Amino acid sequence: MKLYEYMGKELFAEYGIPTPRGKVASSAAEAAAAAEELGEVVIKSQVLSGKRGKSGGIAFATGSEEAEKEAGRILELEVQGMKVEKLLVEEKLAIEQELYLAITVDNGARCPVILASLDGGMDVEEVPEERMIRWPLDISTGLQPYMIREICRLMGVSGEMSKQMLKLLPKLYRLFRELDAELVEINPLASTPDGLVAADAKVTIDDDALYRHPGLPRISEKTALELKAEELNLAYVELGGDIAVMANGAGITMATLDMVQNFGGTPANFLDFGGGAGVEKTSQALELLLGTNPKAILINIFGGITRCDVVADAFVKVKEQGFIDVPVSFRLVGTNETEGRAILERIGISAYETMSDAVKHAVELAREA
Amino acid sequence: MSIYINEDTRVLVQGITGNQGSFHTAQMLEYGTKIVGGVSPGKAGQQVEGVPVFGTVFEAVEKVQPQASILFIPAPFAKDAAMEAIDAGIKVMVMIPEHIPLHDAISIMSYASLNDVVVVGPNTFGLVSSGSCKIGIMPNRYFIPGPVGVVSRSGTLCYEIVGNMTASGIGTTTVVGLGGDRVVGLNFIDVLKEFEKDDDTEVVVMVGEIGGSAEEEAARFISDEMSKPVLAYLAGKSAPPGKRMGHAGAIIERGRGTYESKVEALNAAGVKVAELPSEMPDLIKPLL
Repeated sequence: MKLYEYMGKELFAEYGIPTPRGKVASSAAEAAAAAEELGEVVIKSQVLSGKRGKSGGIAFATGSEEAEKEAGRILELEVQGMKVEKLLVEEKLAIEQELYLAITVDNGARCPVILASLDGGMDVEEVPEERMIRWPLDISTGLQPYMIREICRLMGVSGEMSKQMLKLLPKLYRLFRELDAELVEINPLASTPDGLVAADAKVTIDDDALYRHPGLPRISEKTALELKAEELNLAYVELGGDIAVMANGAGITMATLDMVQNFGGTPANFLDFGGGAGVEKTSQALELLLGTNPKAILINIFGGITRCDVVADAFVKVKEQGFIDVPVSFRLVGTNETEGRAILERIGISAYETMSDAVKHAVELAREA
Repeated sequence: MSIYINEDTRVLVQGITGNQGSFHTAQMLEYGTKIVGGVSPGKAGQQVEGVPVFGTVFEAVEKVQPQASILFIPAPFAKDAAMEAIDAGIKVMVMIPEHIPLHDAISIMSYASLNDVVVVGPNTFGLVSSGSCKIGIMPNRYFIPGPVGVVSRSGTLCYEIVGNMTASGIGTTTVVGLGGDRVVGLNFIDVLKEFEKDDDTEVVVMVGEIGGSAEEEAARFISDEMSKPVLAYLAGKSAPPGKRMGHAGAIIERGRGTYESKVEALNAAGVKVAELPSEMPDLIKPLL
């Protein structure tokens, strides 16, 4: 779960990491009032995408009049397809140098990793590899001061700034650990006459650990159907095509989508309804599929723990309620396959045995529709 | 021969009294796995499918000497159970649960590596030494002995591919599910190393997917160290960037982990990548 910048900064403040003075505004008038108090300000759209600057979502202003004008403009914007609903109005910092600092997880090394660079401010992808210091650390050992001293040496940071890093990094690491973060990123970390200040905040919390953090806000980037899928505990992603796809298992669902594309079709969605789903969950998954108004439905079942007869039963039930009015291509093999196929035969559907045949048929159905 | 486990491996089931635990205990016993005990706190003295239940892993180790353990433990409690298994001396640990918090997974991996424990998963279907020992949840009938080693990031897709192979009369030595999470124990390279050493394995099949860089790293290893032929199938060619495709690890982030980058790396290492899962048997046959 990604947090908005202003939420990340609230957390930074709680953990004692310096942030600029600022206020959250939802209207041009509120932004003007904040500027009145703060003087020279930067107005930042609060959206979850990066590249806000390039999309015109960040502006500088002096005085309340200019702030009101700029805030009004930004509130009308869509940044990377996301509507701007909130602004963060902050004092403009006297920035001498921009650094980059982040803690994330190195999947391959299975440990936290600190990323630090003197080349802050730009997109992290654009920082040359040799200018980005990577310091993986063992989670049982945790962050020790010697590591920070060495990171500073490798970065080329010394004197007062390295003293501040020694204070700041442990706070950031504590936040990372205590809040189950996947990523905490400060870009830029601004060096100012008053010391290091987090000019930006990117915090992503592990979805699987949210249950341990009831106090954190809940933010979703999902569409209405994706939210419904989440409630039903189904893995679902909207893809915009016209063949609705349902399969059991993430890998095979992906492979099914690939095959749809391979045979010239366009998948409407990714829907993995998991292993061992019962009639109720299968029915819910089917109803979700219809939400994208597809031209055809493709169901690919390779039954291990999932029983073919249960899936067929659920399908017939939903079909009999009259919900399914588009053609269906069914692949059904595995546990209780004979029973499952017999159930489908009764309503005139003969299931395919191979994935390729079922996918080809679905693509034809969508084309004819 | 097989890798990691064999017909003599003594297996413990953690969470044996739950729905999944008891169901798969029966399935594993049917496959021929030597299950020597189960653990379920507060339920010591019971039996599941004729298997004795203990209250702690330590008690099980004392009484029935398991070497490997499989965890059917809900995600919030998985860290505790895994740490207990490591602490009590289990050497191969298979973690079935999905949605284990990332920081918990990292802590488990750190403690496991300190104690030389092999961790399979989490979010895995497990591993099977075909015909002799299954520690996992895969359907029994597709895993017949043969000359191909299989290592996969996903479950059902692996069954699909192994099912296609079985239908063509091609069996497997060992099949390992790495797990679909961001942080998992065994990776492609660990397993490829073992297959390279295993006399019975003639060909290796990798089943990968988008996200992360495990396939790219494996490609480097294959080109430097592997003498045996390796084939691959990769899922997620059509996946859009920035969307998690079911597995926590299956996501293209910041332009990394794309299908194209993986295919390119594997091809450069001499690995043929099948376009469709059904092509795999025909790619294997000429290599046997």
